[in-house]
Amino acid sequence: MIPPTFEYVAPKTLSEAVAALGGYENAKVLAGGQSLIPLMRFRLASPAVLVDINRVEGLSYINEDKGWLKIGSMTRQSTVDHSALVREKYPLLADTVSVLSDPIVRNRGTVGGNIANGDPGNDYPATMLAYGAEVVAMGPKGERVIPITSFFIGLYESALASNEILTEVRIPTPKPHSGGAYLKLERKVGDFATAAVAAQVELDAKGKFKSVGLGLTNVGLTAIKATAAEDFLKGKDSSDDNIRQAGQLAADASEPIADVRGSEEYKRSLVKTYTVRALRIAVERAKGS
Amino acid sequence: MSTHHIQVTINGKVHEADVESRLLLVHLFRENLNMTGTHIGCDTTSCGACTVILDGKPVKSCTVFAVQADGSEIRTVEGLAQDGKLSAIQEGFHEKHGLQCGFCTPGMMMTTSALLEQNPHPTEDEIRHAISGNLCRCTGYMNIVKAVQYAADKMAEKVEV
Repeated sequence: MIPPTFEYVAPKTLSEAVAALGGYENAKVLAGGQSLIPLMRFRLASPAVLVDINRVEGLSYINEDKGWLKIGSMTRQSTVDHSALVREKYPLLADTVSVLSDPIVRNRGTVGGNIANGDPGNDYPATMLAYGAEVVAMGPKGERVIPITSFFIGLYESALASNEILTEVRIPTPKPHSGGAYLKLERKVGDFATAAVAAQVELDAKGKFKSVGLGLTNVGLTAIKATAAEDFLKGKDSSDDNIRQAGQLAADASEPIADVRGSEEYKRSLVKTYTVRALRIAVERAKGS
Repeated sequence: MSTHHIQVTINGKVHEADVESRLLLVHLFRENLNMTGTHIGCDTTSCGACTVILDGKPVKSCTVFAVQADGSEIRTVEGLAQDGKLSAIQEGFHEKHGLQCGFCTPGMMMTTSALLEQNPHPTEDEIRHAISGNLCRCTGYMNIVKAVQYAADKMAEKVEV
């Protein structure tokens, strides 16, 4: 399948890229291309212009700074996957990237692309919701910071304006006694999730939940933040009963549709089970941290 | 129509081409350069039959535009054999029956090349993880794993000699 024709530009600086993006009708950013190029081959997307930001310098990095883990938007998934810092201190992120598509796609796919794409089947959105991340966008008027909770608007729709480029994702560095986990059911490596759950927790000195973040993948038009389940757990201990009730609340928050991966009922049940399991792992990791 | 002049080094040889922006990298090999060793399988970034090594990393060449590869160093299955002699990886797939229909084999072998460069002594788990983006519908993967192990052993022998 051959994509429709398009103009192609490959600027070397961010300001040139922003100018190019704003300078054309129907222009789109090309990051890793692992979703956009297939969409173009299926002719589900036909941008008139692609602004390839692979040659823009300074968008690939992972570092901790002032209480945040900052990841440049063009950082490849494989770089995140191999990051010792991520493995050591950000187990939820490490879990997520290890099951994101397949190892070859991860060599091209980017952190920013997985978020900006706005596909509920992408794995980072739920994880970023669970972490309470922020997204940095650069536009003609400069930079702005968007909380992740207001980033995902609808199917393939985000808070990014058509002339803005996602430049960075910021994850709050977890406090002591924090832990997280991502559990995904996929039919085969590389498939989108039937459903997946991201959990990030912080425990207080008595072992009670001080903060809880829960994100759900591919069970709605966007990734879903399971706020009722989060609120329910705050201040409670990590008893099996509490965790099971949170699992039910997360399942209630999901809005799956039946497709080749399963029925609505099956997916809701999966959300419940995986929320319970992800919370258990997150609690174990929090106790060990 | 948007065309671009690109220069890529494939298996050590410099190639220049004028390409439409929409030309996929795999089509550059197969149609413009008549290098048909790299296969097109699923066309949906799933199967890995089109895997080549782009600047040191295995990528699915059906999901990269040729124009994006301008200035890059690429290795394809055609670059494995040297002076008419099979590489250790090719020999492994031959000796261990790591293929039946052979359609996935070029991609499998390029992924294997990249794996063994990074990790010359992979465990079975590491091999299975590395090739998890390459689909094979014939072998059930058992003999592919054996082929990779054979290649790893053979390459280690060579180093010791």
